[in-house]
Amino acid sequence: MIRFDQVHKRYPTGREALAGVSFKIDKGELAFLTGHSGAGKSSILKLIALIERPTRGQVFVNNQNVSGIKPRGIPQFRRGLGVVFQDNKLLHDRPVADNVALPLIIAGVPKREIDKRVRAALDQVGLLGTENNLPLELSSGEQQRVGIARAVVAKPALLIADEPTGNLDPDLALEIMNLFKRFNEVGVTVVVATHDVHLIGQFGARRIVLGEGRVIAGAASPAGAP
Amino acid sequence: MNIQAYFARHAQTLVGSLGRILGHPFATLMTMGVVAIALALPLLLNVFLANGRTVIGSWNDAFDLSVYMDKKAVSARAIAVAKQLRQRDDVAAVRVIPAEQALAQFRDESGFGKALDALSENPLPDTLVVTPTLPASTPQGTQALKTAIAAMADVQAVQLDTEWVKRLHAMLDIMRRVVLLTACLLGAGVVLIVGNTIRLDILNRRAEIEVMKLVGASDGFARRPFLYTGIWYGLGGGLMALTLVAIAVAVLARPVDELAKLYGSQFHLHGLSLALAASALALAVGLSWFGSWLAATRHIRGIDPT
Repeated sequence: MIRFDQVHKRYPTGREALAGVSFKIDKGELAFLTGHSGAGKSSILKLIALIERPTRGQVFVNNQNVSGIKPRGIPQFRRGLGVVFQDNKLLHDRPVADNVALPLIIAGVPKREIDKRVRAALDQVGLLGTENNLPLELSSGEQQRVGIARAVVAKPALLIADEPTGNLDPDLALEIMNLFKRFNEVGVTVVVATHDVHLIGQFGARRIVLGEGRVIAGAASPAGAP
Repeated sequence: MNIQAYFARHAQTLVGSLGRILGHPFATLMTMGVVAIALALPLLLNVFLANGRTVIGSWNDAFDLSVYMDKKAVSARAIAVAKQLRQRDDVAAVRVIPAEQALAQFRDESGFGKALDALSENPLPDTLVVTPTLPASTPQGTQALKTAIAAMADVQAVQLDTEWVKRLHAMLDIMRRVVLLTACLLGAGVVLIVGNTIRLDILNRRAEIEVMKLVGASDGFARRPFLYTGIWYGLGGGLMALTLVAIAVAVLARPVDELAKLYGSQFHLHGLSLALAASALALAVGLSWFGSWLAATRHIRGIDPT
């Protein structure tokens, strides 16, 4: 599903975020990217979502070399991807239902279909009934779940999350992680970047540990392929 | 993407963008007001120019030619020449003024009656007043007619005071160009005003555009509401401009009528024609859309999620 091959990323500021990262995540896997802050977790997710481009090396998503995707093709590429952000990035001037519907509106799904799928997505994150609330009327844990509903509403095959529990207390964080696990169980490939080692210790999933822009442990998938 | 959903989405964006700008009525009215004033100015100039041309068009006798017959020719010749002229395509009417009648008229109107009695013979020739048809009432047309008449037998002289007609046409031509230049400059102004307003709007909604791009929106999708906003500014500004012109015409109509009456004229001030008003409105929407397109295309491309 995802393959990094000797990927380097140097930002215009001169900071080298990734220094030759190679790993592979199989279809249907649940993987945690861990490491202290600045280790390169966010850079990896940005490279997967085409927010950044690698300085050197190759990134494959869905068996497609992303360096072959031109700027015009980026929107279409992102529609096949669900992204959850630490700060949820909800639009605070419109109700929950409109926030969740955004990817479907962009994809041109008919209105009736949108309503149905938005309700289904909100149901999956346990927020049915909040459609008409503004995001700020919800708790921060609920807001994060709205962000997850938005990420999964278009039924992407790949879900990536950058520190989704960073702003939440431990109980809420566990709840969020369980949500990701549930999506993984129905076949979605899930990659979660988090520094909360204690939290992911409760999950038996694979860990890719980063340090100083390199993979320290967990580069190979459990299946044994490099 | 299915077609029905596509149109439904456009309709929703159209209404949504209207709702958004109506949420800031004061700022919206200011933008529309600037657009309206920029458009009303050339429209008003155009109204004055069109009315001016109507006035000048009604001075048809300004193009009349005076044809003086040779004094040695008999009076019947004047009538024959008149008959010949009436058959021409570019002649609308010919009036014959026999020498005696001209003298009698001159005696009555000039006050030189006694002095004229001292003359042994009538110094005035038979005269024809030739009125060209409306299409021929141009400097070129009358000049051609003059040359043709002058070549006819027994015609002594043809007088046509084309100088002032030429000057008037030259002035009208300059006026027309001034109106056109003003319209171009103010039209460019509309593009810039709307472009700048949309640019500020985009900067204010940067975070929202970033999120939309992150979940897969193309630049075109993110741009669409701003284009509709531009269309609304143009429509609102255009309607306000037409209202301003209508008010100006209404305010001026009565004093212009009074003035016309003092000159014994039936002239009446006319506002914009329906066709011109409609094209002005379409132009307002077009310019405004173009301004928002320029700003939105440029600034939305520059917003990249981080």
